[in-house]
Amino acid sequence: MKELKPVIEIRNMVAKYGTKTILSDINVDILPQEITVILGGSGSGKTTLLKNMLRLYEPAAGSVKFWGEDILTMDENAFNEVLKKTGMLFQSGALLNSISLYENISIPLEMHTQLSAKVRDRMIRVKLSLVGLSNAMYQFPSELSGGMKKRAALARAMAMDPPLLFCDEPSAGLDPITSASLDELILSLKEQFKMTIVIVTHELASIHRIADKIIFLDSGTMLFYGTLDEAKTAKIPQIDHFFEVGKF
Amino acid sequence: MQIELTSDALTLTGELNHHTVPDAAKEISRLFKEGTISKIDLGELTMIDSAGVAFLDEMHLKLSEYSKEQIFQKVPAKIQAMIDTYSTLELPLVEKPPKMGFFEQVGDSLLNSYNELVKALTLAAEIFYYSGVGLFSRKDQRRGSLLQQAAQLGSEALPIVALLSLIIGFILALQSGVQLKNFGANVFIADLLSITMVREMAPLITAIIVAGRSGSAIASEIATMEVTEEIDALKMMALNPIAYVVVPKFHAITIVMPLLVMFSIIVSILGGAFIAIGMLDIAPHTFFTRAIDIITIKDLIVTFSKSIWFAWVIVIIGSYYGFQVKGGAEGVGKATTAAVVSSIFAVILFDAVFSLLYL
Repeated sequence: MKELKPVIEIRNMVAKYGTKTILSDINVDILPQEITVILGGSGSGKTTLLKNMLRLYEPAAGSVKFWGEDILTMDENAFNEVLKKTGMLFQSGALLNSISLYENISIPLEMHTQLSAKVRDRMIRVKLSLVGLSNAMYQFPSELSGGMKKRAALARAMAMDPPLLFCDEPSAGLDPITSASLDELILSLKEQFKMTIVIVTHELASIHRIADKIIFLDSGTMLFYGTLDEAKTAKIPQIDHFFEVGKF
Repeated sequence: MQIELTSDALTLTGELNHHTVPDAAKEISRLFKEGTISKIDLGELTMIDSAGVAFLDEMHLKLSEYSKEQIFQKVPAKIQAMIDTYSTLELPLVEKPPKMGFFEQVGDSLLNSYNELVKALTLAAEIFYYSGVGLFSRKDQRRGSLLQQAAQLGSEALPIVALLSLIIGFILALQSGVQLKNFGANVFIADLLSITMVREMAPLITAIIVAGRSGSAIASEIATMEVTEEIDALKMMALNPIAYVVVPKFHAITIVMPLLVMFSIIVSILGGAFIAIGMLDIAPHTFFTRAIDIITIKDLIVTFSKSIWFAWVIVIIGSYYGFQVKGGAEGVGKATTAAVVSSIFAVILFDAVFSLLYL
């Protein structure tokens, strides 16, 4: 069988805030069309890992490669080209408050493509329809509930049909039904659009529904990287405790 | 992406995505001019994204106007799956909310202004009520909050009030002194400076500074508390937000504003004295005697009561915009800006009213 080339390769990554080390010795290969879930307790470094992977924070050491190219050493223009192929769903949604949902999703299409207004309009409408927000397209973010904001932010992250999607706590603060529907949507993005997805979460139900692989962090150290089944049989006390306590 | 026209069929080969759609659109538009197109062969399409599907939707609409045939031919299964997911042809059209007509807009803004005025007056009444109650019972206020607010709203404004008052006294003396010297009336510079600063400039300048500094601080503090649910939290702790948050500010500013005005008067007269004594050859004793003698008790009473009114207007407007905030961080910014602009406007308006009443 042909060996798949990783979409993301992280080697010996160290992340620091000032002099304090937050993450050390992170080594990960994320394969195409996989959903990788970064999990761990509060303060374990999940969001820090995600932001260091995306150069939102500069890692103190190590390398991060997207599609074989080191994003930490590439210049701004080259990195912007990489960013155009990635989408990010922020924990708070991070929608621009002064403009409507329609305009929020229109921004990357207007700025980065030469598409006609009619084609852009159809792309925006279908993305909002996919997340179930067709009727809210002319509303402003301040008029939406938390779950709607998350879904709108996902529509914006999908605007350019990126092959790589990052989600920071997509289900946090959502009711179980909305959370499950968001998970369904993420799964269909993987299945239908062949997306590679990296998700930070500590929602156990969500992890069971969507994870192909998990990265388990504990106090800034990567304790485990592999499938969920492997994690459960690995006999690592912190992981066993995490799944045991969260059982329902 | 390759596009080929054979008889009435268009064949698309390769990838149809947001990179290739703009060029494909140009090429197809050129081919439309060359001949009739009634169907599109998608058999050689290897990849499509939502931009490609949106483009095909546009093509479908255009061709279905005259073509009775199946428009997309030989569609590979994976391309069909993407079309099924991303096509907008079956999506219901969501209308943009209609814009109001001119008269509707005028009526709406008048009604909004009336409602806002009612809300502002209600808030003002509540502030006056709780401030009155707060004089006798401080149970809804935190210990030390009055002193803290007095320091924040008053003493921290001292340097900027001092600097501006000194400069204004300086400029006023310089400009009017040059004119008075032509008539040999140098000595009247003291009278002019004293009357102008006491009756008009000191309270007005101080109020504008306080509106910009403290009015914005009041509005942003309350607006932030509102959006972060701190106001709701106070209510849930059985505390009245006006009594807890606004009343200490109201009491503090009522005390510090006349003091700031007094300070402004003294500093500005000192600034004027510097010019009068140094450049217009007026004896210090003569300058200060004339400057003090010209002021009446009525002038001082009007000035200080005016400054208290200005202070109240600033607190009420700042609180009003703070409590009315909508949205998140952006709403806080808007509330702050609106509070400063409205406070300065209201201060000048009140000043005009006072000038008419106590000429």
